[in-house]
Amino acid sequence: MKPIHALSALLVIVLVACGNQTPPKADRSGSPSESAAAADRQSSATMTLNGAGATFPFPIYSKWAHMYNQSTGTRLNYQSIGSGGGIAQIKARTVDFGASDAPLEKAELDEAGLVQFPLVMGGVVLVVNLEGISSGQVKLSRGVLADIFLGKIKKWNHAAIKKDNPGLALPDGDISVVHRADGSGTTWIFTNYLARISEEWKTSVGSDKAVEWPTGMGGKGNEGVAAYVQRIRGAIGYVEFAYALQNNMTHVQLENADGTFVSPTIETFQAAAANADWANAPGFYMVLTNQPGAASWPITGASFILMYREQNRADTAKEALKFFDWCFTNGAAAAEELHYVPMPEAVANQVRALWKESIRSGGNPLWN
Amino acid sequence: MKRNNGAAPGSPGDAIYIALTRGAVALMVLLGVGIVLSLTLNAWPSIRETGARFLVSAAWNPVTHDYGALSSISGTIASTLIAMVIAVPLSLVIAFFLVELAHPLVARPVSYAVELLAAIPSIIYGMWGLFVFAPFMADHVQPALGQILGFLPLFSGPPMGIGVLTSGIILSLMVLPFITAVMRDVFSMVPGVVKEAAFGMGSTTLETAWKVTVQYGFSGLVGAVFLGLGRAVGETMAVTFVIGNAHRLSPSLFAPGNTIASTLANEFTEASEPLYLSALIELGLVLFVMTLIIQVLAQLWIDRARKKAGGGL
Repeated sequence: MKPIHALSALLVIVLVACGNQTPPKADRSGSPSESAAAADRQSSATMTLNGAGATFPFPIYSKWAHMYNQSTGTRLNYQSIGSGGGIAQIKARTVDFGASDAPLEKAELDEAGLVQFPLVMGGVVLVVNLEGISSGQVKLSRGVLADIFLGKIKKWNHAAIKKDNPGLALPDGDISVVHRADGSGTTWIFTNYLARISEEWKTSVGSDKAVEWPTGMGGKGNEGVAAYVQRIRGAIGYVEFAYALQNNMTHVQLENADGTFVSPTIETFQAAAANADWANAPGFYMVLTNQPGAASWPITGASFILMYREQNRADTAKEALKFFDWCFTNGAAAAEELHYVPMPEAVANQVRALWKESIRSGGNPLWN
Repeated sequence: MKRNNGAAPGSPGDAIYIALTRGAVALMVLLGVGIVLSLTLNAWPSIRETGARFLVSAAWNPVTHDYGALSSISGTIASTLIAMVIAVPLSLVIAFFLVELAHPLVARPVSYAVELLAAIPSIIYGMWGLFVFAPFMADHVQPALGQILGFLPLFSGPPMGIGVLTSGIILSLMVLPFITAVMRDVFSMVPGVVKEAAFGMGSTTLETAWKVTVQYGFSGLVGAVFLGLGRAVGETMAVTFVIGNAHRLSPSLFAPGNTIASTLANEFTEASEPLYLSALIELGLVLFVMTLIIQVLAQLWIDRARKKAGGGL
């Protein structure tokens, strides 16, 4: 009889445990009725906004969320699951807003009933692991960069690399390419750039959030790429600038569209961003790679927010817009501190105009 | 097994108990069937699109939507094989040592230590693998292997420390405690008389171990091996950290690769295209079928071995 008792006791425990788990699960899934009920229970002072998507702006979003929480009490729960995930989650309506580094085309936005607007801009940088070489010492021209990621240049002391770096002691070692293993907006920006500078890349690989890489290995997330590059001698990978700085990684100079070598700094990001003509970009579709200008960093990108035109929950949507407005108005200093480029005031006003015109709840505009 | 152990028929306790157990069994069967059905249903767009080519194509191109499972399947098999080649003989020797040779004062703490390995979460193995073991492989093991066996394509290429070989070794450490624990139990269940008879016939310790203890518990040992195999095939987190996540077929074990589980872990949240998602679900279905085949083969093998050797367990 003993084992029988033990078994039934176990069963009861399992059942009870399951029973207890159910309510919070439903809450987390964010089904509209549940969350709305939760919102009713709480006062607006402790409202929670749910967002998911791009990892590229995650450092600045979490910083802004923290600052905004301290001044208003509203909490932002942002999950950096990647741009593709952000698009998938907003389409599944599990979050209040999605975030993506890869802009959606106007047609796709209209089909899904979404609006898109940029919140911040930043740079993707190339990081290397070469003994005795520090940040900014290695210069890679456009052709060399494409050939490295195509797997055609395999050694660090290859003649083409030496040509750009006279006098630099490059090791006789293999180049280990590190890319993202997960689909990613950072990859979208980077492969978009490679496709713009290399015809061969464009035809044989193409650009997307995930591609069929000709060579190398994949790390999960910006963190994963950073970890692989730091641990493999002769590695080269691409990460968002804030991750490179946080991890004290060695970044390289790149040749921009004007043929000058530039280092990644907030100034060179800004120079690239200054080219953007947001007013004439339908649906704010804007790609900032390979921009002209002697000071432009070649791999710059904007990070976008996706929201529904028609909002079921007016108060949450309104609070989200308030948060984004706060980011435009008060977030610039924090963004620059983390080496992101804040949106210019003119663009912020265009975005506010979009809110006023497009985002509604039951026919009433949510932003005035 | 006694069905009715004396309690009055129709007593409410019995009825509840029977209903509960039947319900639990039905739930298990339903779950299994439900998983297969939903996997197949969701994988259908990809199955229809790629057909049998999915299993033999090494392409994995989210841009042109051309998906093949070959690199993931071969990576799964390669890393699992490496794990088993290392873990099975080691477990056999450790288990035998613990049961037959070691003084109880030694056997106890060593058993606990082995079981403790099983309690370590796989993410810890992954982090340890990436931060400690992979650099060690890159600096010491792989250069040495390359020097001695570099003429084989298996051990060629740059020693990066990240790759199929490293993940196979990490996997072997992860399955070792499971296999050892079951093998230890199997050995301890072999009756003393059988072994004493062998010693009585003049067998040495080694002969007794190999010809009597192992033969007697053979089906149990095979069960232990397949338990470890099942775990190795599906292990996700630790492998994802150290395998290098590249959709490429390479003859070299030093090269980065991927497994079905690591591909799913990496790409599932990001797959926004319907066909991409469907291809990933089909990968999951392939993994499910692979484990099913392993289970069936194991069962067949155990049955045959039992008939042939007449083992006691």
